[in-house]
Amino acid sequence: MASASAKPVPRLDIVMSEATVYRPDEKDLLIIEATQGGLPVSPTPYHDIAEALDMDPEDVMQRVRTMQEHGVIRRIGIVPNHYKLGYTANGMSVWDVDDRHIRELGRKIGRLDFVSHCYHRPRHLPEWPYNLFAMVHGRNRDEVFSKVKTIADMLGDARREYQVLFSTEILKKTGLRLS
Amino acid sequence: MDSVDRDIINGLQGGFPVCEHPFRETAARFGIEEAELISRIQQLQQEGFISRFGPMYHAERLGGGLTLAAMAIAERDFGRVTRIVNAYPEVAHNYRREHEFNMWFVLATESPARIDSVIREIERQTGYLVYNMPKLEEFFIGLKFEV
Repeated sequence: MASASAKPVPRLDIVMSEATVYRPDEKDLLIIEATQGGLPVSPTPYHDIAEALDMDPEDVMQRVRTMQEHGVIRRIGIVPNHYKLGYTANGMSVWDVDDRHIRELGRKIGRLDFVSHCYHRPRHLPEWPYNLFAMVHGRNRDEVFSKVKTIADMLGDARREYQVLFSTEILKKTGLRLS
Repeated sequence: MDSVDRDIINGLQGGFPVCEHPFRETAARFGIEEAELISRIQQLQQEGFISRFGPMYHAERLGGGLTLAAMAIAERDFGRVTRIVNAYPEVAHNYRREHEFNMWFVLATESPARIDSVIREIERQTGYLVYNMPKLEEFFIGLKFEV
């Protein structure tokens, strides 16, 4: 199913600065509320939203662009359903990585095309020594393990213990409610 | 699902334009007409291959709180704790995972301060510790999941 061609070019080093918080005004909040579940799949989705909100379509589109520029909207597009697409094995790989190298290594791991999310998170010693999380999707567990092996090799000497936590059940899944 | 559907899923995970006729502008990239792109996306949604289509918002940038939390729950209590945790509207996703830490959920709150109070309430109601694991840094390189 995977094809080597037409791979999207990774956008490098987009690391969020947590300092900037965009303050949406009332109209922005209406747009967020109306679109956080998705856009209408119709010929003129933004105009449809504008009509439903009784706003000017140009204003709606300008606000969407501004929210994109400020990083309030990360991207606009499709969120694929991994499970339905046959990627039923979902392994959260967790790593105890030397803090001095975590940023440099995290960026390398986050760039891998089979890693959908990659985060630095706090340890909870002694029960939880892991500080780097990388979500790996595969068609089965063996595929996930072989991808995890690639990560292990890349981390090299900076890596201590690691584990892969497979999901066995979705207990709840709703979209994030933001407003 | 055919190769055009796969191209659409691979090619439209970001970059959907903001203009009056965004599907018209995008369709040529997949070698199809506007109407066909719309009907294919609708079909992929109906069949469940696409879980969402639209803008992805960044909760923290909007001043909200967001974290990943984990719990280690005894098997006999798992159902009870699941019901308590899932009842919170702030719990967006909750997964069971194979590990001593067997419950993993995402908390999204209107304010960062509310994260701590939800965690304390869950601990009080369940009698179990909640391990708060907010992201310290995100290594985000765009979505590039390929089918």
